Amino acid sequence: MDAGKRISKFLRSEGFHNFKHNPFAIAGAVIIFLFLLTAVFGPHLVSQNPYDLAQLDLNDSYKPPIWQEGSDPRFILGTDDQGRNMVSAIVYGVRMSVTIGFCVTMICMTVGTVLGLISGYKGGRLDSLIMGLVNVQLSFPSLLIAMLVLIAFGRGVWKIILALSFSGWVTYARTVRGTAMAEKNKEYVEAAKVIGFPERVILFRHILPNVMTPVIVIATLQIGTVILSEATLSFLGIGIPITEPSLGLLVAQGYNVLFSGLWWVSVFPGLVLMLLVVGMNLLGDFLRDEFNPRLK
Amino acid sequence: MLVVIAIVATIVFIFVNMLGDPAVLLLPPEASPEELAKARAAMGLDKSPWEQYKLFAVNVLHGDLGNSFVFREPAMKLIFERMPATLEIVILAMIIAALIAIPLGVYVGAHPNTFLSRSILSLSLLCISMPTFWFGIVLILVFSVQLGWLPSSGRGDVVVVWGMRLSFLTWDGLKHIILPAVTLAVQQLATQLRLTRAGMMEVLRQDYIKFAKAKGVSPHDVLYGHALKNALIPVITVYGLEFGGLVVFATITETIFAWPGMGKLLIDSINISDRPVIIAYLMLASMLFVVINFIVDILYTIVDPRIDLR
Amino acid sequence: MTMTEEAKNDNGVLLEVRDLSTHFHTFRGVVKAVDGVSFSLKRGEILGVVGESGCGKSVTGFSVLRLIDPPGRIAGGDIIFEGESLLKKSEREMERIRGNKISMIFQDPMTSLNPVYTIKRQICETLELHEGLRGREAHKRAVELLRLVGIPSPESRVNYYPHQFSGGMRQRVIIAISLATSPSLIIADEPTTALDVTVQAQLIKRLYSLVRKNNSSMILITHDLSLVSGVSDNIIVMYCGRVIERGSSEAVISRPAHPYTVGLLGSIPKMAGEREMLRQISGMVPNPFDMPAGCAFCPRCEMAQSICEKEYPRMREIEEGHCVCCHFAGGRGL
Repeated sequence: MDAGKRISKFLRSEGFHNFKHNPFAIAGAVIIFLFLLTAVFGPHLVSQNPYDLAQLDLNDSYKPPIWQEGSDPRFILGTDDQGRNMVSAIVYGVRMSVTIGFCVTMICMTVGTVLGLISGYKGGRLDSLIMGLVNVQLSFPSLLIAMLVLIAFGRGVWKIILALSFSGWVTYARTVRGTAMAEKNKEYVEAAKVIGFPERVILFRHILPNVMTPVIVIATLQIGTVILSEATLSFLGIGIPITEPSLGLLVAQGYNVLFSGLWWVSVFPGLVLMLLVVGMNLLGDFLRDEFNPRLK
Repeated sequence: MLVVIAIVATIVFIFVNMLGDPAVLLLPPEASPEELAKARAAMGLDKSPWEQYKLFAVNVLHGDLGNSFVFREPAMKLIFERMPATLEIVILAMIIAALIAIPLGVYVGAHPNTFLSRSILSLSLLCISMPTFWFGIVLILVFSVQLGWLPSSGRGDVVVVWGMRLSFLTWDGLKHIILPAVTLAVQQLATQLRLTRAGMMEVLRQDYIKFAKAKGVSPHDVLYGHALKNALIPVITVYGLEFGGLVVFATITETIFAWPGMGKLLIDSINISDRPVIIAYLMLASMLFVVINFIVDILYTIVDPRIDLR
Repeated sequence: MTMTEEAKNDNGVLLEVRDLSTHFHTFRGVVKAVDGVSFSLKRGEILGVVGESGCGKSVTGFSVLRLIDPPGRIAGGDIIFEGESLLKKSEREMERIRGNKISMIFQDPMTSLNPVYTIKRQICETLELHEGLRGREAHKRAVELLRLVGIPSPESRVNYYPHQFSGGMRQRVIIAISLATSPSLIIADEPTTALDVTVQAQLIKRLYSLVRKNNSSMILITHDLSLVSGVSDNIIVMYCGRVIERGSSEAVISRPAHPYTVGLLGSIPKMAGEREMLRQISGMVPNPFDMPAGCAFCPRCEMAQSICEKEYPRMREIEEGHCVCCHFAGGRGL
């Protein structure tokens, strides 16, 4: 089937029909799309790069949002203690969150799926080894594992990605392994073996597509968690260093000045974070319910 | 179970050694080369790695994880002192979460298409997507800064019970405990609710539910008699596992509310590089999980008659 | 309790189903699972409902008890039980009838019992609900019931959990539950299909004798004609949601009229006599979303003529008590 036919088949499918009629799913997709746009184009559209020290003016610090007294029309949502425009800071923060969310999820998805496929298909000692690792890791909360890695290696963007990936691959591995084990006994796999395809090909060309559905669901739901985790770790001061943008760091800054009545530094970044994760979860929820055969 | 603890201890040991010179790790940063050499010798670092490991193991078994740089007291002792505070908010949070999540989850699972159900579900989505630390800050803004009803930090007055200092038994203590506990409870609540709902929805599709209806059992009894027990089995076990995670997660809440628990100690220690305390916390937290997992496994066999103790 | 002793002016007719229709509204269209089904059942009669998977026989059974969940709904017709219309009853009234005057045996014994409760509890639930028995009394009766259905050492087994029983045993437990209140009508939906062949015969025999002893009526739903021939008094054959033949067991089995029935009988392997090729019914069941205008069996029928495609045949009596839904009556016998 050529691309045009595939697209029209998809548009007529039950899944897409359910999507069209589900306002939540559509809202989620729209939100995610807007955030993606922000992440990619945002920094070019805002007036200030809040992380370029040369562009900041301390005289601009602590200006309230535009609807309060004492505000400056240049800064719609106010400024922080360094004179950073909240809007700009948030936009840069969004880019960081989206990037980290995406990277971590991609890494976990790849590593987890590959390990899960191998584990489920080959079985035996390799399976026990991988599953043993999975089980040990599952008994510990991901936050703790991430903390462990960050405490040991220090702060930094790539270190956070590493730390969060450490605990994230596990769910994929387990799910994929289960599906791989179920699929390997099916006839089409037998047929492929008989034809003489090497194992690698069978795994990736034949079994993998059948495993993708739960993987996609896990991925959409995981991005939100990753984004929140990064924000949390940054807030605690063990995540992204202060020289880089992060929504979590912004909230942390705001926390320090909470009692001076400078509420906007904390509230807006958090709100934006929440919105981003809500979008992810809306779509993720829809996909999960859609792909769950047991609910039909 | 002991095997797993041993494995965990070994991992921590490897980690510590991986990070470079343990002497540097465990001594204040200003130590001179002679002090370092002395410390190394005292720690047996001039011995072979295997010897070191044995020493470490022996020390761990004695609960000796070194002294805090800052407090000059055994790290373990410091952590244990703060444990009741952490446990207070964690347990209170779990109770709050369960009391709200389970009944609501049952309702939403049984009647998924009502307006109320959909609203509850949307609200729960919001709660899951919300960064906990931000929510705590918002609570402080509203209840402390704006309304001035509740204190924004610290722990209230304590009462000593069995050697433990507990604060929820005093009115002042309750005022202090409420905001942190609620902050902690929110995400828990939402997850529990969804889990209960999912469990209910799955159980209600089972044949034995239809059979119960065919026997003439009333809808109320079908829900609470037949469906609930089956639906709660996975919920209870997740609940148990969440407990451990919540203890760690409480770190955030403790930081925001300056609540003197284990988590706050950890963050403070990280900020001033009080390494023995950090290591002690990690070891303790890890052990806690192993124990919890074990208990949950046993709990599972009790609750589900299909599972044997084997 | 025991069957009503009041004189009912119903000629001994326990259940009458008139023109029942049950439809399912799905994404792809409406499925008329039951499409104008009528039959009646006297007290003490055993009726076999026969047809292949998907012909609507199970849905008919569930419809009688009004256990149809959305997206299905009972779309038309009436169900008269003991002189009263079941479709007009409130849900609470139905709850009093279910498991009490009409009970049902489900197909899969492995999933019909609640796994986290003992079978004692599940039997006593019925006893408490409909007979008001509790405690010692209920326990005694539960043990008695287990003995009745042939479960060995019932005193100790009554405290078992379902997973400690085999499939055949579980089905016996379910039969025990369904007989606990001496119902007037038992609907048995493929009670032996999920069991081993060796167990099937035992179970049916036991079920048959218990039903007869109680003087209950039974609707035995199955795809297995041979099962039904030994046990039921009358048979109706269903195809694509409609009744296509009805009559006494003897008549339908020895003088099948509808080509479909003939085909079904012809495809039963014979144990004795010469070995012949098993005759199949060619073709497939039509797409439920795209039912033909005329007779549903037409595409597969050897005797089809042009009228069969255009006009749906009326039910005609070909001998006393034996009706068939076909334009050409009196088809070949075996």
